[in-house]
Amino acid sequence: MAMLHIVNKSVFERGTLDSCLKTSLSGSSILFIEDAVVSAVNNTSVSDKIKSELSSKNFYVLTPDLNARGFTDADLIEGIKGVDYDGFVDLVTDNSNVQSWL
Amino acid sequence: MDGEGQTKKFMFVNRKVPYGTVYALESLEVVLISAAFDQDVSLAFVDDGVYQLKDGQSTDGIGMKNFSPTYKALGDYDINKLYVEKESLEERGLSVDDLMELTYEDEDDDWAEKSSIILVSRDELAEVMDQQDVVISS
Repeated sequence: MAMLHIVNKSVFERGTLDSCLKTSLSGSSILFIEDAVVSAVNNTSVSDKIKSELSSKNFYVLTPDLNARGFTDADLIEGIKGVDYDGFVDLVTDNSNVQSWL
Repeated sequence: MDGEGQTKKFMFVNRKVPYGTVYALESLEVVLISAAFDQDVSLAFVDDGVYQLKDGQSTDGIGMKNFSPTYKALGDYDINKLYVEKESLEERGLSVDDLMELTYEDEDDDWAEKSSIILVSRDELAEVMDQQDVVISS
């Protein structure tokens, strides 16, 4: 079973990402949407924490949400992939189940 | 109504990323309305609020209106004190160069164009905040 975890709040505002990282299995996928996309930008105070998980989980960012906030895929932590809305749909269908974290 | 009213110091504190919630836009709209009342208005951008001033916002992909240009109009409304907290920028890997250029024309200095953004440390912001008559936080 590979779960797609969706996080939509900024890591700086809420502990959602921390809970998600602690309760997601190796091989699962984590998608940042809406305000959470800022968590995936490189060189923040949380970048190291996310980088340490890159080898065991797949990380994605919804690029349109990233662009809205003034960033591009080039600003992401290396290893995190940007997807568009079609890619979002692919992630949902490619994974066995989905959890949209509050 | 008798005579002139008293001018009060109003500070609008912004702490949220724009677009995911409506706080940033709503607060900005209240600020613009407050300009009509000739008060001493300033804004503070703390924590995720610094993202509201990030340059290069492009919102076509999410179908929402890009309201970042509205911050540029503040100078014309005599709102020219936008405090940005240094520590909040640093935690996010940002510097003042990543923000939009926001300026105003100083009528007391031959209309010289000056920056409205005032970079302050957390401690400095605490002092300024403490001086306010009314603080509206969002």
